[in-house]
This record gives sequence, C-alpha cells and structure tokens, in this order.
Amino acid sequence: MNEAANQPYRLPPRLFNARCTACWMMLAIALLVAASFWTLDLQWRAFFSTEAARSMGRFIGEFFPPDLSPAFLAKVALATAETLAMSALGTVLAAMLGLALALPAARMHEGDRAWARAPTRLLLNALRSIPELVWAALLLISAGLGPFAGTLALACHTTGVLGRLFAEAIENAPPGPAFALRAQGIGPGRVFAYATLPQVLPQLASYTLYRWENNIRAAAVLGVVGAGGLGQLLAFHMGLFHMGKTCTVLGAMLLLVALVDVLSYAARRAMTR
Amino acid sequence: MTAAAARAPARDPAWLGRLFWIGAALVVFWPMLVATEFRPWLLFAPDSLKQTRAFASSFFPPAVGAEFLALVARETWRTVAIATAGIALALMLAIPLTLLSTRVLSISALAGRMARIPFALRQTIRALLIVLRSVPELVWALVLVRVVGLGPTAGVLAIALTYGGMLGKVYGEILESGETHTAEALLRNGAGRLQAFFYAVLPANAAELVSYTVYRWECAIRSSVVLGFVGAGGLGQQMDNSMKMFNGSEVATMLLVFIALVALADRASAWFRRALG
Repeated sequence: MNEAANQPYRLPPRLFNARCTACWMMLAIALLVAASFWTLDLQWRAFFSTEAARSMGRFIGEFFPPDLSPAFLAKVALATAETLAMSALGTVLAAMLGLALALPAARMHEGDRAWARAPTRLLLNALRSIPELVWAALLLISAGLGPFAGTLALACHTTGVLGRLFAEAIENAPPGPAFALRAQGIGPGRVFAYATLPQVLPQLASYTLYRWENNIRAAAVLGVVGAGGLGQLLAFHMGLFHMGKTCTVLGAMLLLVALVDVLSYAARRAMTR
Repeated sequence: MTAAAARAPARDPAWLGRLFWIGAALVVFWPMLVATEFRPWLLFAPDSLKQTRAFASSFFPPAVGAEFLALVARETWRTVAIATAGIALALMLAIPLTLLSTRVLSISALAGRMARIPFALRQTIRALLIVLRSVPELVWALVLVRVVGLGPTAGVLAIALTYGGMLGKVYGEILESGETHTAEALLRNGAGRLQAFFYAVLPANAAELVSYTVYRWECAIRSSVVLGFVGAGGLGQQMDNSMKMFNGSEVATMLLVFIALVALADRASAWFRRALG
C-alpha cells in the first residue's frame, strides 16, 4: 500500500567483484597456503601409515612408567628452581637495561630533540626480533653451557621488548609534573626521577610482571640448546632415550606452565576485582 | 627564608626505606644468582674473550656468495611455508573445536542454564585446547622429530598443534565477548546452530578473528625459525649448522635476513589488519 515510502532495496555487492579487495586477498592467501603445502614435501604418507602409527604407539608406550624415584625427582625439582631463577633474573636484568635504553629512546618533552631516539629504537628492535633461543645459541659461545647463557639470552630478548614498551609509557606520561619541575630549572635526571618515573612506575611494573610470566615459559624450553633449566634435562635424557625420565621432565614442564597460567589468571582477577 | 632553607632536608627523606628495599632485593636475588651460575666476569676471562672476539669478528663481512644467498632464500621461503602450512592446519583444528565449545551457539543455554551433558562436552573441549596450547611448540617438535624424522613435517605439525589450541581458545573468547543478541534471536526463532553462526556470530566478529589469526601467523614465522634449531627445517636449522661450525659470516647474513623477514611479516600483518578494519 505504502510502497513509495519504502527505500528501494539495495542488494549487497556481488560476491565476485573485480574491485573487491577481500576477494583478491583471499585468493592471495589461498595461493600462499597452496604453495606452502606444495613446496614442503611433507611426509604425510610416512605419518599416516599403519607402520608410523605402530612406531608412534611404541614411542608413547616407552614414556610409561615415568621415572618417579626420589633421586631423580630431586634433580627435576632442582632444574625447575633453576628455570625459575633464570627467568626471574633475566627479567630483572632486562627491566634495568630496558629502562636504561628507554630513556634515550623516548622523547621526554616537546622540543626535546632526542637525537638518540632513532638509533636506540633500531637497537631495541634488533634485540627484540631475535628470539630467546637464537640468543641462547649465540651466547653459548662466550658464556659456555649452562644457565648463565640462558639468563643472558632471556635478558637480551626481553630488554628489546621492555625497552620499547617502557619508552612508549614514558612518552605517554602526563607532561604536567615534569613541566613544572623543568620550569624551575631542574636537570633532566631529577625531572625524570621525581616527576615522570613515579607516574609510570605501576605501568612499568605490570609490563615487567607480564614479561616474567612469558619468560618462565621460555626458560622452560631454552635448555634444549644447552642453556640450563628443565629444557637441558629434557634434551639430555631424550638424546639418551631415557624415556621414563623424559616423561617426568615433560610432566614437570607442563605443571610449571599450567601453574604459571593459573597463578597469573588468579592474580589478574584479584587485581581487577 | 634562611629558616625555610634550614628546614629543607639536606638528604633524601626516604633514604631508610630505599636502603631497606635495596637490601631486601639483594637477599632475594642472592640465591638466584647462585642458582643460575651468574658469573659475568667469566665473559671477560682471557680465553673466553678471545673466542668471543674471534666469533664476533668473523660476523663481518656477512657472507654474500651467490650460492649461499640462494640457499638462504630457499630456506627463508621454507620458514614462511612451515608457518603458513602450520597455521592452515591449526585453523582446521581450531574452527571445529571452537564451534563445539562456544557457549554462544548453545541452544539449551537459551533457557537460562546449559544442560549438563553439553556443558560437560564444552568443558572437556576447552580443557583439550588448554592442554594443546600449554605444551610449547618446541617440545611438540622435539617429540615429533623422533616420530616423523628430521624435516619440515615435524615443524608443521608442532605449529599446528600448539597454535590450534591457542587459536581455538582465543576464538572462543572473542565469540563470547562480542555481540550475542543477534545469534540468540536467530536461535530462539528456530535457526540451526550453523545458520546462527554464519549469519549472526561470524559477521559480527569476522574482522577481529581474522586480525588475531594474522597476528598469530606472524608469531608462527618467528617460532618456525626456533623450531629449526631442533631439526624441523628452515632458516633455523641452517643457522644452527653455521653456528656449530663457528661460521660467523653466514650466521650474520642469516640473522639479518631473519630480522628483515620478521619486520616484513610485521608490516604485512599490520597492513592486512588495517585493510580489514
């Protein structure tokens, strides 16, 4: 009855439209995926054959029973403590180094020429984009096998991550208090310590805690290249085909990761409530 | 004025507290320093310094032989391919599990509380996703290398398992935190679960889901390099070989290529996400 009042119904755009960027993107992604599978010479046949299933079953069967003798459990506990110490120390070192590098990487106030900003950010990006495990493999040469190399590797990667986050936090801090002190003629060091730092400290602490959580997970596996902790024990026993011991170490690793997850979830809930 | 100047404390009024916290920190960190064999002076011991200097000085100039560069290009593509194939398989794992585990598509929950059996099923799948996710991909790779042998298959499967758990868990969270009224309206009016998913849940959350997937793809590229160190192929394996032979110039080239690759993936994923948003 009242048809003229209705807006003419507009169809959605055609599904295949040469100008439709989404279509081209999907096509590009499909091509990338197809090319990946095609060039990788994956051995699915070896993986999905009955023979592979049997060897897999045998392999998993060897994991049981796990080695739960007190002597070995004590060794695993020691390695777990080592993993935790590596992650904590690496994070603390990284927080200190990151803060030291965040200062030149941040523009402290308007009109600050910040000549070191670009080169410091480049350094932080380079530190950040090399994963912990690659750092560990590199540092083994100068620090030797053991947890020290792992700690340094965690510190190197985390310095890059935290330095960048810290620099951003410092740049985004409210400028009022710093301006007030600067107007009184106070030097940049004390302006930072008494005006900017107290404002950003909670944020810096929360970034550091978040990275610590990540670093516990990273430290657990870092040892497979020989950098201490649970990972080293895992690689050692797996290399010698001590499957029962490997199973215990794997269990300890999963327990550690799960515990960290649960604790961080609980802490987050307690703090946001 | 002189009185005010005299009253202003000459030293930091909080010095006692600061001293206490520094002391407490030292007490806490001392056992850790011992446990991690933290001996930085060893880095500067003469023979370790000599070795470091020899290795570091061999970094420059980076290796640029045509044959080596071709090898690096091939391995770089393999790294990207392992990440892409792994994410593709992870999606095949994550999408069905998300559909099964999300609360949004529950019909019994429309009446208030979800029935007991669907609730148990959803919790079981969630637990499975958490287990998949919490085993680090490096551990999956270590185990799988034993089963399928050295090569990219182990890397692809390791990424697929870990990232499948990760994607499934986060997809579920995204779907549940988004707008659920449309899905509820469709379900109440007798639409099937898949219909509700395709016409209500997916359109509302597609951009966020895709953007998270692309972000994870970027992470997978980084971790596929790491997987190479346990023998799963790609740039990492080549890097490991060169490091074992103390060939600094090759390591330097590959590190530079890797940094460029990560930066490129970062740009690509940022561009893609902006194009969606």
